[in-house]
Parts: sequence; structure tokens; C-alpha cells
Amino acid sequence: MIASAKAKWNDLHLFYSHRRYTAPVPESAALEIENLCVNRPNENVLALENISVRVPIGTRLALVGPNGAGKSTLLKTIAGLLPIRSGKLLIYGLPVGACHHRVAYLPQRGEIDWRFPITLRRLVMTGRYVHLGWLRRPSPRDWQIVDQIIARLGLSELAERQIGQLSGGQQQRALLARALAQEADLILLDEPTSAVDAETQAIISRLIAELSRDGKTLVVATHNLERLESDFDSVLYLREGRQVSESALQHTR
Amino acid sequence: MISLNDLIEPFVRFQFMRHSLLAVVMVGTLCATIGVYVVLRRMAFIGDALAHTVLPGIVLAYFNGLSLFLGAVVAGLLTALGIGWLSRRETLREDTAIGIMFTFMFALGILLMSTARSFRDFTHILFGNVLGVTPGDLTLIGVVSLIVLGTLLLFHKEFELTSFDPIHAEVIGLRADRLRYALLILLALTVVTAIQAVGVVLTSAMLVTPAATASLLTNRLPRMMLIAVVVAISAGVIGLYFSYRYNVASGAAIVLACSVLFGLAWLGRTLRRALSGFWARYR
Repeated sequence: MIASAKAKWNDLHLFYSHRRYTAPVPESAALEIENLCVNRPNENVLALENISVRVPIGTRLALVGPNGAGKSTLLKTIAGLLPIRSGKLLIYGLPVGACHHRVAYLPQRGEIDWRFPITLRRLVMTGRYVHLGWLRRPSPRDWQIVDQIIARLGLSELAERQIGQLSGGQQQRALLARALAQEADLILLDEPTSAVDAETQAIISRLIAELSRDGKTLVVATHNLERLESDFDSVLYLREGRQVSESALQHTR
Repeated sequence: MISLNDLIEPFVRFQFMRHSLLAVVMVGTLCATIGVYVVLRRMAFIGDALAHTVLPGIVLAYFNGLSLFLGAVVAGLLTALGIGWLSRRETLREDTAIGIMFTFMFALGILLMSTARSFRDFTHILFGNVLGVTPGDLTLIGVVSLIVLGTLLLFHKEFELTSFDPIHAEVIGLRADRLRYALLILLALTVVTAIQAVGVVLTSAMLVTPAATASLLTNRLPRMMLIAVVVAISAGVIGLYFSYRYNVASGAAIVLACSVLFGLAWLGRTLRRALSGFWARYR
């Protein structure tokens, strides 16, 4: 009886929608997009037109193109932040929003209120919230995961700093730490290396390689064309919301 | 010099002073806690607006012989939902939505009021009187405080996350918009309750000034709430005492005490920064 009451309670979806874990469809790609069209927010103008791309599990796709090409829009659509106008978008064989556990999204830095009174450690912990749901507080294991990831990104000494007191590169690493804390399979990164110091760039590059080795799938919007060959398996070129080309990068990993 | 005995004497001697003390402590705790979100989410204007938009609800309840409090609650909730709806998905900025709802509801209230013969019946509920709170008022404040503070405590991590990063909240399937409505509703309940006991000006001040004071002194959320509550209660006690001792308006005395505490915090922070700069240069 308690179990059925609990199931009903979860079905209310009052604040969290579909927060239960859903298993992936067997043999599906990490990301499968076909003829995807997306409107600009609150406008009936296309921001993305007929995008098609398939990203196998464990590979790394770079999104490349000038500002306003639609890289961020594509990432936001995959993250479930923008509605799809037409076309198909499947994540591990499931529609967007079917399993929030599986997708982590690193936004551009400007989209967060950095003056908010919260420490770096707590910011990273918000990556665990999808596993907690409501009313549950983080367990010692959650804190352990968070502290390990903070150490991996070289931020341990800054863990108790208020997030506004971090440098741009440190803030970027904190956001990446949060995306990792989520333990997602598909990781979306929006310009993770733009306007950051050399140390942060090196750490982020190293992590992208490590994550891919762990079987994670990455989709990364980037301006850094020099590292394309070394950091990615394929590239999607975008211009004015359209796909210019999609190509695999030839290299040995 | 004022001795401790002088300070507690009015509260020991008069029941109405004890009642107002209890009201100020509860309203201060309630307003200061939710006020931290009001300040951090840049909604400072909303407390003031809600305080005025309850007017048509009160007038209609009065005409129909219903509870004025109930009328105020309904009008407050309608305002909260209206603001939330107008500013959803950033169609309008929240402060613009507040401006529209605020003036619309207040004008509606004035219009309705002008059909009545006398304005006097409404002035009490709009301006409140902390020295005249009844045991019934105290119970009401107590119940609303439990509801509001309980909800804030239960959903602390969700309110915190949606306040600084609504995008991440959306990505993990947390409904940031619904939490915003929930916060607006809690705020409407708080404002309506506080107004009845302590009036419009005191409510606005209690929502914003203690939280702003605390935001100068710490950058941890739970600590900020704690400091805000301490500031609100201190200002309440100091203000009540002065209003008794020098026979001045109690609400205004409390607001001024709040402002003085804010000024001290500001001064303290400025001095600390100047001193640390001085040491850094001459060491």
C-alpha cells in the first residue's frame, strides 16, 4: 500500500517531471537527429532547419560554425530547453525528456547568477539533484562523488568559495564538475573552452578524452579549430541554422 | 543609560505589548526568511505591489459581509498568479508584469471603494496597527508562518537551484516555473498576513531590509536567512521599545530601526574593506 501511494505521489510530477530512470532502447545511437527544425524562442522563425546527424555511443561530435549559426540552439534542443517544431530527435532511442538522468548540459557561463550565495561545492552538488528527487537530502555518498570530481578538476582548495569569487576558468571547471556529478551518458558542452585560461583549457581537453574512453558520448560547441582533430571523432558544420556538412575525422585514437 | 529592567518593563507590564512583541517576532521571522529569496531573485518591488493589490479583495469581501482576510488572500493569490502568468517564458520582464498587476488591482480597489460611503473601514487593514493585534491575529500569523517556513524548508534545494540557475533545473526536469508560482503564492500569503498585523509599510520593510542587511554580511544562503531573522527581530524589539518610551508610531519606529541596522551593516562593510585595503598597502 505504501508502495502504491508512493507511485501515485511520484506520478503527480508536481515539480519534477518524469524523474524516474528509464532504460535506453537497445542498439540505439546516443543521439539520432533527422530533419530537425526548431523555432527561435517566442518567434515563428526557424533557428535550425533540417539538421540530420547520428552520434554513436562513446564518440565525440564537435559543433562548429560562426556566432549565431545555431550551435547553442541545437544543444539546448537536445537538453530539452527548446521545443522541436518538426523532425526526429532521439536520445539513446528515447524522446527528449524521457530520462533526465542521461543528459548533462553545460551552459555558457553568462546564464547563471554568479552572485548567488552558494559555494562551489554546493553548485557541483546540484548535479546530483536529478538522482535525489525532492525531499531527499544529499547522502554521504553524493558528497563523496562531488568531492572526488572537484579534486579531479583541480578545484579542491576552492570548494568552499562563493561561486562569484572564482575566476572565469574556475567557474567553467565548476560547471563541468557539475555536469560530471550528474553521471550522465550524453554530455552537452556549450563553448567550454571559450575565454578561459590555458590551465582550464588543458584540463577540459584531457577530460573530454577521458570521458570518451569511459564510454560517454559528447557533443561540444567549439571555436577552437586547432584541437578539432585531436579532441573529436566527427564534426558538424553549421551556418545560419543550416547544416553545411558533417564529416568524420580520420585519426587513430 | 537604559537598564535591562527599563527595556523589559513595558513588556512585563502590558499585555498588548506582549502581543505586539510576539506579532513582531513572528512576522519578522516569516518576512525576513522569504525576504532573502525576494532580494536574491530581485523581486523587491513585489512585496510593495502585493500590499496594494489586496485592496479590491478586501473591498469586495466587505461589501458581501465576508472575512476581509479571506478577500485579501484571494486578491493576493490572483495577483501572484497574474504576475507569474504575464512574465512566463520572459514574454514580459517580471518587474513590468508587477507594475501592470499592481496598478490594475489598486485602481480596481479604489474604484470599488469610491462606491462606498466611507473609506475609513479600509484604512485599518491597509495600515495595520501592531499595538492592536488580537490573539486571533496571532494564531493566524502562527499558522501562516508554519505553512510558509515549512514549505521553504522542505523544498530548500529546489528553491535555491531555481533561484540561481533555472536552466539547469529545467534540464533535470525540475519545473522552475511551478516553483516560481509556489514562491509567489507563499509570498502572497506572507504579505496578506503581515499587512493585517503590521501594515503595508512595515511589511515591505520587513521583506526587503533585513534580507538586504544580511546579504552585506555573508555569502551563504542559510546563514543569510538566519542573520535576516535576527535583524528583523532586533529591529522589531528596538522599534517597539522606542515607540512605547517616546510615544511615537510603532510601525514607523520598527521600519526606522531596520534602516538603521542596514546602515550599520553598510558602514561596517565599508570600513572593513577600507581597512583590509589599508593593511594590504602598508604591510
